[in-house]
Amino acid sequence: MLHDALLIIRKDLKIEFRSKVTTNQVAPMAIVILILFAFALDTHQHKLILAAPGLFWVAVLFSMSLAIHRSFSIETSSSTRDGLRLLGLDPGGIFLGKVIVLTIEMFVLEIILGFGIVVLYSATLHNYFLLISITILSTLGLAAAGTIFGSLASSFKTKDTLLPLLFLPISAPVLLSATKAFQTELGTVIGSSHPWIRILGVFAVVYLTVGVLAFGPLLEEQ
Amino acid sequence: MENVITLQSVVALSGSYPILSGVDLEVARGEIIFLQGSNGTGKTSLLRAIGGLVSISSGTIYILGQDLLKNKRVLRQKMGFLSHSDFLYEDLTIEENMRFYLKASGAGLDHIDQALDHMGLSGRLSKVLTSRLSVGQRRRAAIATLIARQCEIWLLDEPHAGLDADARDLLDSLITQASSQGVTIILSSHEANRAVELSTRVITMAGGHIVASHLSTSDEILIPKSTKSDSTNVA
Repeated sequence: MLHDALLIIRKDLKIEFRSKVTTNQVAPMAIVILILFAFALDTHQHKLILAAPGLFWVAVLFSMSLAIHRSFSIETSSSTRDGLRLLGLDPGGIFLGKVIVLTIEMFVLEIILGFGIVVLYSATLHNYFLLISITILSTLGLAAAGTIFGSLASSFKTKDTLLPLLFLPISAPVLLSATKAFQTELGTVIGSSHPWIRILGVFAVVYLTVGVLAFGPLLEEQ
Repeated sequence: MENVITLQSVVALSGSYPILSGVDLEVARGEIIFLQGSNGTGKTSLLRAIGGLVSISSGTIYILGQDLLKNKRVLRQKMGFLSHSDFLYEDLTIEENMRFYLKASGAGLDHIDQALDHMGLSGRLSKVLTSRLSVGQRRRAAIATLIARQCEIWLLDEPHAGLDADARDLLDSLITQASSQGVTIILSSHEANRAVELSTRVITMAGGHIVASHLSTSDEILIPKSTKSDSTNVA
């Protein structure tokens, strides 16, 4: 499984390095979302600081939706999805490979967005270790859920509009937990982020397990 | 002779529409089968069913003595499929595509240079992104990948499409050579004359099943048991 995952990771990262879709399209869109929120709440600087954690994760969610779409559009041009199926790769390996590539791409984007909320929303970052832990766990959970539904949606003709419809509702628990954890670590709410981090960990494990088990039938779905 | 592919009463549905309606077929090692029939008669569906790309609703498919449904992953690695699509990643070069497909299918990388050379894609062309290639060059790259994988079974859906005359001749010689080395080949093609000359057996399909089967060197029609009435009509 890991061997197959590594093959997918190397292939998808190479394709991303060449096409630069995440850096040239997804990242600018995420930054534009942050800027638009800043314009919309400009007269209420205090509200902007309070809303920064939620706005950060909403921007991540929309960007993730685009990145998932891209991840599976690679596999639909020239019917490469059929090509993958014909190779006899472990479906769990393909799933893990896709999840890890999405996590890497989004983590880089989240670093940029982190600077964005500091500059645009005057947010203050406190515990970097916990912030990075929250970000990685949330991104893993979102990437796993997104890969499950991205694969499902890609077998339909209406995949472009179907993916957000499936992905956004299922990612609500991760969005909520990540926002709550960020609120604590950005100092907008007093309390501990640990319970939320545990919930994020559970979601990540559940989505990853479901994905590894279900990706085979999903990949075979016509 | 050893049967490499055995289909028994295979039925496959697309929604409620039968794309394969009771196919019985036995293919021996080294045979070159030419599937003929008009559009929509089930040639591509049959190739896809053998490749495990189409779910069958009843019947059995045995490849190399193993049940395809139970051993899909292992058996797929022994089959090469050349489809209407070339399965190539646009943002990878020809060589990178080949390396990926070979590594992923568990094949060695030893035959890459030879296959590229064979298909006239060696040198600088092998380092060109697939998105910048012509349809014919992409087709050649897909064939090069098929050769380099050293599969035991080749499933070729319209292999001559998109190729110039030289490349078609080259492909035909590759098919003959592979067959002599024990590779079993099933192909569908609208280049009937070329394909009949190439094949050892011709199978005619209509309405999702086999209606006639005869050796390409003889006029004798081998009537499938399940389709006697249909095949008599066609014959």
